[in-house]
Amino acid sequence: MNNPNSTIISLKDITVSYDGEQVLGGFCLDIHDGEFLTLLGPSGCGKTTVLRTIGGFIRPDAGDVFFNGGNITALPPHKREVNTIFQKYALFPHLNVYDNIAFGMRLKGKSEAEVKETVHQMLSMVNLSGYAHRGIGQLSGGQQQRVAMARALANEPKVLLLDEPLSALDLKLRKDMQVELKKIQQQTGITFVFVTHDQEEALSMSDRVVVMDGGDIQQIGTPTDIYNEPKNAFVADFIGESNILDGLMVRDFEVRFAGHKFRCLDEGFGSNTPVDVVIRPEDIDVVEPDSTHITGEVTNVTFKGVHYEIIVDVAGFKWMIQSTDYRAVGDRIGLSLTPDDIHVMSKSQYSGMFGDYSTFSDEMEEDIIATEEAQQEGGEDED
Amino acid sequence: MKTNSKLLSAPYTVWMTIFIVLPMVLVAYFAFTDKQGAFTLENILSVGQYSNVFLRSIWLGAVATAICLVLGYPMAYIIAKLPAKRQSVMVMLVMLPMWMNFLLRTYAWMTLLEDNGLINAVLSAVGLPKVHMINTAGAVVLGMVYNYIPYMVLPLYSVLTKIDGSVIEAAQDLGASDRKVFLKVVVPMSMPGIISGVTMVFVPAVSTFIISKMLGGGGNLLIGDLIDMQFLGSAYNPNLGSAISLVLMVIILICMGIMNQFDDGEDEGKGGIML
Repeated sequence: MNNPNSTIISLKDITVSYDGEQVLGGFCLDIHDGEFLTLLGPSGCGKTTVLRTIGGFIRPDAGDVFFNGGNITALPPHKREVNTIFQKYALFPHLNVYDNIAFGMRLKGKSEAEVKETVHQMLSMVNLSGYAHRGIGQLSGGQQQRVAMARALANEPKVLLLDEPLSALDLKLRKDMQVELKKIQQQTGITFVFVTHDQEEALSMSDRVVVMDGGDIQQIGTPTDIYNEPKNAFVADFIGESNILDGLMVRDFEVRFAGHKFRCLDEGFGSNTPVDVVIRPEDIDVVEPDSTHITGEVTNVTFKGVHYEIIVDVAGFKWMIQSTDYRAVGDRIGLSLTPDDIHVMSKSQYSGMFGDYSTFSDEMEEDIIATEEAQQEGGEDED
Repeated sequence: MKTNSKLLSAPYTVWMTIFIVLPMVLVAYFAFTDKQGAFTLENILSVGQYSNVFLRSIWLGAVATAICLVLGYPMAYIIAKLPAKRQSVMVMLVMLPMWMNFLLRTYAWMTLLEDNGLINAVLSAVGLPKVHMINTAGAVVLGMVYNYIPYMVLPLYSVLTKIDGSVIEAAQDLGASDRKVFLKVVVPMSMPGIISGVTMVFVPAVSTFIISKMLGGGGNLLIGDLIDMQFLGSAYNPNLGSAISLVLMVIILICMGIMNQFDDGEDEGKGGIML
């Protein structure tokens, strides 16, 4: 691993518009050498635009791209020391596996002996030894994905850009590839910039996650930071499940919400400041109704395998609780919170947009995600 | 199921037998018989005396095909890069001349190219010397290019539009300059279009007779004209005409075989490198 503090790519005030519509406005980001950085956000958030700007496929309307301190804004893609793994792999259909992987090296004028050695090395790294002579059409999606990876890595890039490379694979294969990608990143020490809309993928693979929405960075941090200390309601809602409540920061370490005062670990918001309060469903303890302040009636229970997902109506606000104990619909239960379970965030443009579990059932949410994914597959990704 | 599909294909089988297989057999029969219907090789052997006509036909056909490829490829490439709406307009424009009668179009070129035609009239009007264009090999090639270029552009266009933009980006990403992208990705991927375009231009160009008759005068006799003369002209001799047709067919088949070999060889050659 290289020095994690040195910056390899720096984006400064990048502005990009498509047909008069601004996708990125004054976007800034520093990417550290050797890290696994993930750009995470819903479709249309500008994450792919950032990646394509680094790759050189988009010339920003304004702003600069620096690579190891040098300005590469005007450099065409073929002169940049970065390589991309495209969403649909973009393998050359007229070439076999060997020639696909050798493509970049041959352009650089390497000897055939050298090319041969590297190709076989790459093939064994992605577990495709013996596939050199296969045509691209004879490979499964996962195999094509790995050829694309070998082709990009054979060029020995300083930075590898990955544009939702796993989105076309089925769930189990995707999990395997996540592990494999992470392993390759650690082995090679190459900086990975990974784009995804899958928060689980982002959390499990990355050193740092950049959460984006509407062309802006909402939060940058390690996966644990992002999950435990979301900066605003958007991040809290996008990463994992969360109950987001309107609250009032009475003074440091004391917050008021759901009609009661709670002790918390947050400070520095001033006194009597309106805030958003995030409580993760798995942090809530289910107790007897008479032993706590918050009580409500169970309106829905879903078995999720590891836990039950329980929706509780507390004075009109529907909380989600993840618990290993079964509760029947109609039961009155109490919700117990410790200061550690409460996370306070400043109010933002996203306040009030998320938080309650009454509007969307799980099923509907999944349908919406499925529709979004189908749209993405069906055509042009927005960004 | 099986009898069903056989039944369905019956009309086509009958059609093809009557209008394709039978005429071919008749051509072969006439080629190998004399006027009395007795077997002879004389017709085939006498084709040899027209070898200069054959060479001229193949040469002019090849030149016209090459020009069509050189002009048609960039054209197809540019059309394929246009926004979808304008693509269909451009494709329609390419096909538009084909809606007009072939003879009429070639006549039009006659009046343009004549010694006292439109082009020379314009030239002398601006004080330039007249150029003799009609009845030259160049005029024949021009006629071939003009008439057959849509058959080159359309297959190329349809292949080029199918090339995924991300494949081009992948090549750039891996270090290919625009020129290398074109040579290493676009051209190889459009090979099927090149082959069908070349075939679709070369075959009718080699066997044309109207174009050479109207634009080439007497000095640029092509195989088509030769065959035409054996059936409809003064030198009435259907047996010789059939023999020439048969030889032409064999030559075209060989040419197409070589073309297709070129495509296959491409892959095999690369396979060789990696072994």
